[in-house]
This record gives sequence, structure tokens and C-alpha cells, in this order.
Amino acid sequence: MNKTTITAFVAGLIFGLGLLLSQMANPEKVLAFLDLAGNWDPSLALVMVGAIAVGLPVFAWAKGRQQSLLGEALELPSSNAIDRPLVVGSLLFGAGWGLAGFCPGPAVVATGAGELKAVVFTVAMLAGMTAFRLFRRQAQPA
Amino acid sequence: MTIDWNAFTPWSALAGGALIGLATALLLVANGRIAGISGILGGLLARQPGETGWRLAFTLGLLGGPTLWLLFRDLPPIRIEAGLPVLVAAGLLVGIGTRYGSGCTSGHGVCGLSRLSPRSLVATLCFMGAGFVTVFVVRHLLGA
Repeated sequence: MNKTTITAFVAGLIFGLGLLLSQMANPEKVLAFLDLAGNWDPSLALVMVGAIAVGLPVFAWAKGRQQSLLGEALELPSSNAIDRPLVVGSLLFGAGWGLAGFCPGPAVVATGAGELKAVVFTVAMLAGMTAFRLFRRQAQPA
Repeated sequence: MTIDWNAFTPWSALAGGALIGLATALLLVANGRIAGISGILGGLLARQPGETGWRLAFTLGLLGGPTLWLLFRDLPPIRIEAGLPVLVAAGLLVGIGTRYGSGCTSGHGVCGLSRLSPRSLVATLCFMGAGFVTVFVVRHLLGA
């Protein structure tokens, strides 16, 4: 097994622990954060603060570099477009997030915790991703 | 708006967020890749040559997080109120929306904002806004 497989696995593990500790993986907590008009729980705003505080200097370091420390091509997103797919897609995603309280990472982590309802959500999410890919391929033949 | 101070958990939220940032940093510094979960899952499904190994390893790590946690203490609560039809509809929306919009809470939210990307800021405002509106409609207009 090469080093990059191990670092990716460890990154996934740490990511999962962070989602559990912060309670991002708890839909009840997520919905309490999204419920501005109810009894609002602002906690999860601080998850973003904590993550970005660590991320900012690291992404600043990565800017302009061509290679990772393990010699992999350093691939930062190249698109700057603020277009219809970005806006419509993000709105659809937000609606789904607000309905169930799950976004992709937490759904995978809750699946790993053995929550059957999370498995249902995750399977539907993967089906949605697949449907979108097949639809796009049909709309724009490569 | 009232703030539920009893439910406020600032330190675990900050610390959990820092762990997420650390994981993101590790994947970037070691693998040169963005820790965007929807992109990783979507990429796995599309089976792009040469990109499957790390994506699979990361996903297995995510799945294994709860098991590692359980070695040290009980899992924190995971309470899912939504019924099955809502879970299916929400899952489809999240799957389609994150692929169409090229990212989710991690890719646009954590990574994009850390890169100071205006594109990701717009995406984040859109999905946060849609999340707030959806919960408002479901809880306060429909009274579910």
C-alpha cells in the first residue's frame, strides 16, 4: 500500500472524528442550527470557524505549489465561474440538507455508526449523484 | 429568534471543526487533493482512472471514524427525526444538488472559504440560505 493511500485513510478518519465531536453528524443538532426562527442553537457556526482557522494558512501555503509533500500533483479547483449550475445546485443541496439534517460527510459517518436511517439517506444520495452523472453524460455526449 | 444557550456547545464545535480542518490540511499537503466529500463520493461512482484508491481510502476512513471513537468512549447522539420518504427525497436532492453545484459543506464551505474563493462563498450562501428557508417552511409554516 502506498503512502498516499494511508494519508487519505487517516485524513478520512480524522475528518470523521471531527464530524462526531462537533455534532455535525447529528441531524437533530444540524436542524437546530438551521432553525433561526425557533430556539436557535448557534454551535455549528463554530465548526466552520474552527475548520477555516486551520485551513486558511494551509491553503495559503498550497497556493502556487505544483506538488504535494508526497510528490502528487497539487490540484486546486480552477473554476471561478459563478453560474447557474453553482447556484441552482447549491440551492437544491441546501433544501435537502434542511429536510433531513444530513450533508454528505455526516451521512457517511452516521452510516459507519450503523444508523439505518443514515444508510437510507446515503443510498438515495449516491443514487442522486449517479442519476445526475448519467443525465449529464446524455445531455453532453463526450 | 431566541438562542438556546442550554444546547450551545462552543468548545466541542470549535475543536471538531479544527479536526475537520486538520484532516483537510493533511489531504491537501500529503495528497494534493481537496477534501470535498461530495466530490470524493461522486468521483468514486464515476471511477476515474488513478483517482479511485485515495478516494476509497478516505471514504473508508470516514466510515471507520465511529469505530475508532468507540474504542475510547460512547458515540455522541445521532438523532434522525425524518421519516423514510423524507430521507429518500433529501438524499436525492443532496446527491443531485452537490454534483450540479460541484460541492457541499466541505468542498465549498471548508475548503472553498479557506481558499477565499468567491465562487465557493456564493455556493455556501446558497446552500445555507436554502437550508434556513427549508427548516423555516417545514417547522414554522407547515408545522411539522
